[in-house]
Amino acid sequence: MNVTINNIGDVTVTLISGELDGSTAPVAQQEVLAVAREAALIVLDLTAVPYMSSAGLRMLLSTYRQVTNTGGKIVLVGVADEIKDTMEVTGFLKFFTLTDTVDQAVTALKG
Amino acid sequence: MSLTVDRIDIQPTHNYGGFRLRPGRPFPFGATLVPGGVNFSVFSSHAVSCTLVLFDKHAPQPMAEIPFPDEFRIGNVFTMVVFDLDYENIEYGFRMDGPFDPRVGHRFDKTKVLLDPYAKSIGGRDVWGQAPNWDDVYWHRARLVPDDFDWEGDRPLEIPIQDAVIYEMHVRGFTQHPSSGVKYRGTYAGVAAKIPYLKSLGVNVVELMPIFEFDEFENSRIHPDTGEQLLNYWGYSTVGFFAPKAAYAASGKFGMQVDELKTLVKSLHANGIEVILDVVFNHTAEGNEMGPTISFRGIDNRTYYMLTPDGYYFNFSGTGNTLNCNNPIVRNMVLDCLRYWAAEYHIDGFRFDLAAILGRDPWGAPLANPPLLETLAFDPILAKCKLIAEAWDAGGLYQVGSFPAYGRWAEWNGKFRDGIRRFLKGDSGMVGDVSQRIQGSPDLYSGGNRDATASINFITAHDGFTLADMVSYNDKHNEANGEGNRDGSNDNDSWNCGWEGPTDDPEINALRKRQMKNALAMLLVSQGIPMIVMGDEVARTQHGNNNAYCHDTDLSWFDWSLVDQNPDLLGFVSRCIAFRKAHPALRNTTHFRNTDYVGSGYPDISWHGVQAWNADWSAESRFIAFLLCGKHARGGTTPDNYIYVALNMHWDAQTVEIPRLPEGMAWHVFANTGAASPEDAWEPGQEPRLEDQRHIFVGPRSVVIFVGR
Repeated sequence: MNVTINNIGDVTVTLISGELDGSTAPVAQQEVLAVAREAALIVLDLTAVPYMSSAGLRMLLSTYRQVTNTGGKIVLVGVADEIKDTMEVTGFLKFFTLTDTVDQAVTALKG
Repeated sequence: MSLTVDRIDIQPTHNYGGFRLRPGRPFPFGATLVPGGVNFSVFSSHAVSCTLVLFDKHAPQPMAEIPFPDEFRIGNVFTMVVFDLDYENIEYGFRMDGPFDPRVGHRFDKTKVLLDPYAKSIGGRDVWGQAPNWDDVYWHRARLVPDDFDWEGDRPLEIPIQDAVIYEMHVRGFTQHPSSGVKYRGTYAGVAAKIPYLKSLGVNVVELMPIFEFDEFENSRIHPDTGEQLLNYWGYSTVGFFAPKAAYAASGKFGMQVDELKTLVKSLHANGIEVILDVVFNHTAEGNEMGPTISFRGIDNRTYYMLTPDGYYFNFSGTGNTLNCNNPIVRNMVLDCLRYWAAEYHIDGFRFDLAAILGRDPWGAPLANPPLLETLAFDPILAKCKLIAEAWDAGGLYQVGSFPAYGRWAEWNGKFRDGIRRFLKGDSGMVGDVSQRIQGSPDLYSGGNRDATASINFITAHDGFTLADMVSYNDKHNEANGEGNRDGSNDNDSWNCGWEGPTDDPEINALRKRQMKNALAMLLVSQGIPMIVMGDEVARTQHGNNNAYCHDTDLSWFDWSLVDQNPDLLGFVSRCIAFRKAHPALRNTTHFRNTDYVGSGYPDISWHGVQAWNADWSAESRFIAFLLCGKHARGGTTPDNYIYVALNMHWDAQTVEIPRLPEGMAWHVFANTGAASPEDAWEPGQEPRLEDQRHIFVGPRSVVIFVGR
């Protein structure tokens, strides 16, 4: 599992590739939060994430809470259909804005 | 986040075969994620040793076996923490060693891998109907799940029981039919998708048929004539009491059924609907000595099961074994289980299958003061949960009206079902009985700290005919079950309205529809708590099968095309439910006193015949009417309108004299089952004023309901 971080203006784009599960999710969360300042605008690009376990879903929600608690925002990009379905039925989807591309996500964050 | 000092008890202290261990903690029982590892805890009064067996998920053979060190044991509890486990990808079980001496009740077998009774998630039947590997050494496999969940402030709704309208539902059957149109058919998520339907119907409690993990392949067989694969579809046979059925979850294949069910509960609550679970503590899926050893038999047979003096299984459940519920250890497990579902899943109540068994001692004798029932009645975590008993068992112990209630337990009132059904089909001698049932059965539930809230009124349940079949069949037709039509009740008190089964005759079909409306109207104006079965509101049929426990087909599934076919019936039921909710006089907690204690000039309830104030209680009478004085609603504490209900189960119409209302008030028609839809029931509050305030022509086999304001 790999985390790559870029900036587009004041938006932080975090590209995650690989599975997010009990072993990789804590690492990913640490890296995302390390660069999250107060009122951060964060894009999580999950296009290259083929699978998220329960731990992965929890990592997403936990990250969302920590970012939004300081006035920040998170948008998800490229969530695979099957993962989206799973998030929907397990109650994790409703918290998030989802887009297909990074550009759409950046627009959504600024709007 | 602020920094804290680490706990001083989370470092490994021992090593076994490459696994780091340390002494565990007995609480909580089962498997719990702790810092760095997993705490395992399992108890047995008679085992001499226990080994933890670990599998990689789905693997055919264990990848490790770690004996519980004896120096870690606390009392009869085997406990340890194991570090460095990939908790998302393993399955665990136990081997218990002890005596094999069936005559004394011991059936230990260390060749078997046993399921943790406290398993919170169970694999092995992840997808409904997927053929199991019968050679698997470990069929039902305990898994580890995170127990955190974001409830966003949700808590059990605590709807007062007298305000409940209960909808009994089979999770899979509710949306499995292709006509349901939901994305995740046959699942918890599928139920959530139908919340708008439930809200518009107006029910505020769903009672889910068993959702504890069970084996749909238990007793599976091919019907010799039809070739249908018969399954354990209803699920009254528990494999694990702390785990939700994985195959009822759309996310079951990912092992996420815990989150999915909690999300369903949260959604139902957000829409004002409570959740009651149908729980089966009277027996387990292990059957008798010929059945599979899954868990309890190998962990502590003598403790968990009621055994005869020479070690055979008592069979008060009719299924092979009987759980030993008043043994103190088992009693604690039952308590732990219910507390777990109430606290962790925010469940609002429980309906106990064959609950008379819960009042038997370890040798089967009925107890006057069953410790288990008392414990549950007074437990603080369960204090606001609804407790409903199916107050009989398969061993002849019938306790409707006499179930040890401790002022808390409600009962499935089988006498309501019997009385209303007989009255409905026109039996003689029924008006007296019906007058008791309508009042919340004071003959059964007054005194002893009980009142009308003890009576769960129902005319149909999963056992027996659907409402549509109750008016279409005189006899059961269960040949599709492959038991020669011997199974299922013979006492159906049903009447086919003139023809057995489907017919084109419009008069018979019209009568059947009217009879269904009559039944539902009577149910919804009775004191006590009404329960209907999923699909009754749209005339769901099982083609005369009154015991469809083994059919995972459209015989038992909710066919949603019926919603379009029977909008009139659906509309009638919805309006009756709305009427009930609009009138507190229909939802008292206490029984009527049959007197005027507020000085209105009317008793709280009065009985009438075709002549006002003159009820006919004779054996051949098939007409009875009652008048509720609005000023006596809720014991005089909540003003309501006056309500008059006339029940004519005679085959002839009657011209009925309506009792007079106080000056300045007038009767309005809420419902008349003899009228054509949509004039069979009106929106509460918009009922039309009766032109003739003194007399009403009530059609044959019809119910009229008036509201006086």
